[in-house]
This record gives sequence, C-alpha cells and structure tokens, in this order.
Amino acid sequence: MDNLLLGVVGINDMWYTLPLIVAVSLVYSATRHEEVNPILVHALRIGVWVLGFMGVIFAVLMLISWQA
Amino acid sequence: MAKSLEQVEAEKSVDLKDPALAAFLAWLVPGLGHLYQGRTAKAALFFVCIMGTFVYGLSLGSSDAMGWGRVVYCSWRGANQWHASDKRLQYLCQVGVGLPALPAVVQALRARDGKGPLFGNGFMYPPPLTGHRQGTDGFNYFDEHGQPTLDTLHYHLARFFELGTVFTMVAGLLNILAIYDAWDGPVFLETTGKDDDKDDDKDGDKGGDKGGDKGGDKGGGEKQDDQSEASSDAKTV
Repeated sequence: MDNLLLGVVGINDMWYTLPLIVAVSLVYSATRHEEVNPILVHALRIGVWVLGFMGVIFAVLMLISWQA
Repeated sequence: MAKSLEQVEAEKSVDLKDPALAAFLAWLVPGLGHLYQGRTAKAALFFVCIMGTFVYGLSLGSSDAMGWGRVVYCSWRGANQWHASDKRLQYLCQVGVGLPALPAVVQALRARDGKGPLFGNGFMYPPPLTGHRQGTDGFNYFDEHGQPTLDTLHYHLARFFELGTVFTMVAGLLNILAIYDAWDGPVFLETTGKDDDKDDDKDGDKGGDKGGDKGGDKGGGEKQDDQSEASSDAKTV
C-alpha cells in the first residue's frame, strides 16, 4: 500500500516531463529540417516515441518493484 | 513520409552566411544565430523552446524565502572540515544557453573575493557551504551576506532544486544542437517511404534498411553519401 502511495506521488511529478518532451522534440526536429511542417510532424513522431519508451520503462520498473 | 521535390528544393536554399558568427550568436542567445541567418521561424522556435525551458527551470529552483534562480550557479569548491565539496559540473551544461547563464560567473567571482551578490536576491549566487543559524524554527542557515547555505537550499526547495537543475541543464544541452544547426545547417533526412526501404534492401544498403529516423540518423552506405553531397551543395557557406 505504501508503495502504491509513493507511486501515485511519483506519477504527479511525471507531469514535469511533458514540457521537456515538447521542447526536446521540437528542438531536435528543428535540427533535422528547415521547413515548419516537417519539423512539427517529426516532433510529434519523436514525442510519441519518447512517451511510449518512458511508458515501457515505467511499467517494467513498476513490475520489478512490485511487492504484494 | 516522403518529401516532395519542392520541400527538398526549399531546404537546399539555406544561406548560412558566416557560420562561425552565427554559431557564436546562437550560443549567446538561443535563436539569435538563426535570426542573423534570416531563418526566423527556427529562430523563434529555438528561442521559445530553449529559453522557456531555462526560465521554467529557474522558476522551479526559486522561492520567496530563498531567492530567484538558485539552481544555476558556478562553483568549484573543495571539501572543508564542515562540508563536502561543491563542484558544480551541472553548470557546464547550463552555460550552453549562453548569456542568460553568464551572471553566474560574475556572482561566482564576487563570492570568491568574499563579496555579496551583485544583483538580485542572490540571483545565481553560489550558496555558501557554511553559515549561522537564524531563528529557531526549521533549518535556516545563512552567511554574513544573508545568503542561504547549500544545505538550506536543499532543505527548502527539496526536489524542485533537482528538477530546476535538470530543466536548466537540458536547455543548455538543447542549445548545443541549435548552435550546430546554425553552424552547419539542418541534417536533411532522406525520404523514408516504404518504396525507398525496398530499394535500399535491393541495393544491399544495410544502413538505410530500417527506414524512419534510423535511416536518417545512422544510415551509412551510399544513400547517406548522396544525402551529404546534396546538403553540402545546398549550403551557401
């Protein structure tokens, strides 16, 4: 139960990653393209990829630290 | 998604002007190098994203009691009998953002000479490692200039000290990407359609067989060489 509470607190802090993901995706994509549209499309793709990757890592960490 | 011929042609016409000057300006203020090169959209994007991240990080590492901009400071102090060393390697990343992080150097020089902060309520001033306790409630140690010690900052800002540090570090590192973009122009991605992938496989080009970003980032082989030739022709250096 304590672990679950700690997990919920941690999830609230995860909101801080959103502005970072947006900024990193946009800047990285802007170094790959010159026009605005390709930059935005590429940024969206990278942002989704990063979120998915973080989700997988989050799930794995939750699983291996799970105590019934 | 394959690029149209118009898009490729548009990307070829990047005038980098003086790349060294542009890179320096890009370091000085995020986006300034691109503004100098006339790449206004990218200048705005870099400025908003990088400065936004940096300022947000500064605000996370701030409070009314502790002062503003506490997470960006320049320090290389060894351990003494009261405190562990404080070698702020994070500043090496933060200084990538350029001028906005340079007040920390001024404040660090003043701190080294035993002077108080020059401006602000300790803005980017390196926190003292030892101090005298003030009041009886809580953990409040300040030096003779009224600056909170590093321990006091950690106590009051808690995890926001680390969060602010990470945001400002990421901003500095992102600006390095922007500096490189001002110096050498964008890394043109090759077309990433399925047909192209099939062609790559037929040609036996192992670097380009995965398509997507990997093809553009890591793809070796002749397709990458063609891309390099195209981009070098395009840049007016």
